[in-house]
Amino acid sequence: MTETAGNGAASPPLLEVRGLSKYFDISRSWLKRILTGQPRMVLNAVDGVSFKIERGETFGLVGESGCGKSTVARVVVGLYHPTRGEILFEGRKMHGRSRGTMQAQVDCRMQMIFQDPYASMDPRWRVRNIIAEPIRAFKLAKGRSAIRQRVAELLVQVGLSPQDGEKYPHEFSGGQRQRISIARALSINPDFLVCDEPTSALDVSVQAQILNLMKELQRRLGLTYLFISHNLAVIHHVSDQVGVMYLGRLCEVAAKRTLFNRPQHPYTRLLLDTVPDLDMTNRQRQPVGGEVPNPINPPPGCAFHPRCPDAFDRCSIEAPQVRSSEETLVACHAVEEGLQ
Amino acid sequence: MSLLDVEHLRVEFPTRHGVLVAVDDVSFSIDEGEVLGVVGESGAGKSITGLAIIGLLERPGRIARGTIRFEAQKINGLPKEAMRRIRGAKIGAIFQDPLTSLNPLYTIGRQLVETITTHNDLTLSQARGRAIDLLNEVGISAADRRIDSYPHEFSGGMRQRVVVALALCANPRLIIADEPTTALDVSIQAQIIALLKRLCRDHRTAIILITHDMGVIAEMADRVAVMYAGRFTEIGPLRDVIKSPKHPYTVGLMNSIPIISHEIEELPHINGSMPRLHEIPPGCAFNPRCSRAVERCRVERPDFMPTGNPGQMASCWVFDKEIGNDGNGR
Amino acid sequence: MIGGWLRRVIDHDIFYSFTRSPVTVLAALMTLVILISSILAPCLTPHDPFNPASLNIMDAFTPPVWVEGGMWKFPLGTDDQGRDILATIMYGNRISLIVGFLSVIFSIVIGVTLGMVSGYIGGWLDAVIMRLADAQLTIPSILIALMVDGIARVSLPRELQNEIAVYVLIFSIGIAAWPQYARVTRSGTMVEKNKEYIAAARVINVHPVMIMLRHIIPNVMGPNLVLATIGVALAIIIEATLSFLGVGVPPTTPSLGTLIRIGNDFLFSGEWWITIFPVVALIVLVLSVNLIGDWLRDTFNPKLR
Repeated sequence: MTETAGNGAASPPLLEVRGLSKYFDISRSWLKRILTGQPRMVLNAVDGVSFKIERGETFGLVGESGCGKSTVARVVVGLYHPTRGEILFEGRKMHGRSRGTMQAQVDCRMQMIFQDPYASMDPRWRVRNIIAEPIRAFKLAKGRSAIRQRVAELLVQVGLSPQDGEKYPHEFSGGQRQRISIARALSINPDFLVCDEPTSALDVSVQAQILNLMKELQRRLGLTYLFISHNLAVIHHVSDQVGVMYLGRLCEVAAKRTLFNRPQHPYTRLLLDTVPDLDMTNRQRQPVGGEVPNPINPPPGCAFHPRCPDAFDRCSIEAPQVRSSEETLVACHAVEEGLQ
Repeated sequence: MSLLDVEHLRVEFPTRHGVLVAVDDVSFSIDEGEVLGVVGESGAGKSITGLAIIGLLERPGRIARGTIRFEAQKINGLPKEAMRRIRGAKIGAIFQDPLTSLNPLYTIGRQLVETITTHNDLTLSQARGRAIDLLNEVGISAADRRIDSYPHEFSGGMRQRVVVALALCANPRLIIADEPTTALDVSIQAQIIALLKRLCRDHRTAIILITHDMGVIAEMADRVAVMYAGRFTEIGPLRDVIKSPKHPYTVGLMNSIPIISHEIEELPHINGSMPRLHEIPPGCAFNPRCSRAVERCRVERPDFMPTGNPGQMASCWVFDKEIGNDGNGR
Repeated sequence: MIGGWLRRVIDHDIFYSFTRSPVTVLAALMTLVILISSILAPCLTPHDPFNPASLNIMDAFTPPVWVEGGMWKFPLGTDDQGRDILATIMYGNRISLIVGFLSVIFSIVIGVTLGMVSGYIGGWLDAVIMRLADAQLTIPSILIALMVDGIARVSLPRELQNEIAVYVLIFSIGIAAWPQYARVTRSGTMVEKNKEYIAAARVINVHPVMIMLRHIIPNVMGPNLVLATIGVALAIIIEATLSFLGVGVPPTTPSLGTLIRIGNDFLFSGEWWITIFPVVALIVLVLSVNLIGDWLRDTFNPKLR
């Protein structure tokens, strides 16, 4: 089931992202710019990202703040239009939302789960209406009793009880709200779920419950996940393939075991070093200095070079391209030239 | 003699639904230079404990019972002015959000100098020199220039370093750090943890590290206390609590944390969730979720008991008779 | 179902804080009394004070009942035409309340719609609407109401004027007040727009208009209700002012302002009750509504934090 990146498959991957870029124009209003003489400012949130996700797989996308992983999630699900590049679902291009019936067919095969369990549901709606909203939007069930029945089924599927449909979101804990979010996402029988840090706001024991639930649902319903997180241990637990992003670009893509056992990109190594030592091996950490630079003014060349222990002169001039190295896709000059 | 002694601390919040007990009979002590981690899930009461110690409990919360002794002097119930002098001078604080911990309208230099001169008798230029030294010590480069910058000109990690510098201004003996790294990126978290460890060593400052993140505790603490529903369930040396936890809650908690070195299909988890303050069951607060609960657990609340490991105590009836024979770790 | 809803209201924190504030309870009771008495005015008063046939000029200038010469039939005395002051106050309250409430509803409809569209769509539409609001806010609302009213008078045929005067009044006061609702709704919309439940609705292709109607409006109405309560009080005052100046309601359906004006002429000739009681009635009405609005604002504040 797990394919290393780069090998073709008999059927097209469920999701393919090619050369995706998303730029945000964050210049101040036209009048202010004229008056203060400021140039246009563009934020390159995502810059040339490509990856594939096979059916039934979980692709984990990991990185720190400002790396663009949430933006990738939102472009994939259609909340933003890509500035460049394309998204292919089952081999067919997606053009962004609300354009024609083909789009609607694709739309209901893809859903999203959000990070904040408190802001991801309308506080004024009852839970059963929150879960039923996608069903009604796509007209997948007719009649109030059919919808109620489906909602009850979904609530049981995520570990809640049908009576919970009558309550309001504030009557539930964070973990329970995430379950409701999952129920809402599953209500239209999607094939593909984009999960944007679904457990980051939850306590550890609740996180374990939700991760187990998500894995069980994936097994039972044959779901495919794009799982975004900044927590490497969680990514390790859920993913089959992992992509590491830094300041809008992909640094490394590999199968999980390959990435965690033989990381190639210096940033991946940095991230792995920051994982806390819960095995109490007294591993000495060498925290790399510096901080994630401001994405509005990224460093020239490779965005990581100011903090990179392996940087050399080429790194500050030319941005590295993603190349295949052993079983990994890496974007690093040092790796390319065998300088590690 | 320990630096801080907390005995039978009880913090209550009177509400229209009755009195909610946020911290229920908590006792512990810290020695000079020690790092005590207080870990627990959200709502466990760890932040309230920190606030009670430092005297920043907001109404209607109040300390209903118990004593807090700092350097052998009782500090709960002190008049506000006396508490203010201790706070900042002897006890410092670092909170979670560096954005709201610093006043956005003043330069960091001004905030540092103000704090220094409040607790020390220095001239303004002396205070400024000390501020620059502090900034250097927390790892802010070009401190003599950046001292006149505003908080919004710093990144998140840098701001948190400034907050650490502010906490150290008056050379406190104890720092209460409430989720100091939660709002930061993981690579910056590692830097701040290293910084705090170094400073704690160099200045012999004790730290109460309050967090929900076991990883941060594992990297920093000497001892760990686990908190659940306002009570301490386990306390002991770091290594012991993490590698061989005794209390069933700690066992469940540690098991549910995904670790890169173990690959498992399903994370063992504890069913249910921590009870809200108005729904705490009688007896042991954890009993409805505990796989080892017996009748006594539902009725009588357990005290701290020795578990066989020196220094490691758990409040669980399992250890009442079977001392040393029980407590399966991972 | 009503019982369930009622139980939820009573259990709610807001209701609890309401019962805890004696001033607010008193104000609410006062408002209720005024409301009921004005609705039931025809039943409570012995006669319709604005029906000339029911007046007896012999009853004119009767003092209030506790002064010598007063009678129980006219508890607060009569005016120069023999109209019972209490009855005229009750009828006058009607106009005040109708104009107050309807003009606020009108403002809310315009203000919330414009504010929501402005906040949700943003861009140049937002800029235009907000500049319009800013421009209007530089002019005091009374002046705006005067201007709109004056334009209406000039442009409408005379016969029509008296009939629709109340509607013109509602329109002009309503137009004067929309910017504040627009601003408050706009900032609320901008906050809600970025929340993830809106993104969840966009993911399933819910139309922006449906998103605004079903998700955003319920969540931004809170501050608007606070403004509305205070707005009612303000609208009543503006209407009273305009009527006092003679450009409000026509004299055939006098409001409290008209009554005050009528009585003004007699203030210093000894018949003080003709003005004073309408003034007191106006103060009580406006104060009660204002106090409720104050309490609403205080209650909502910590929740908003």
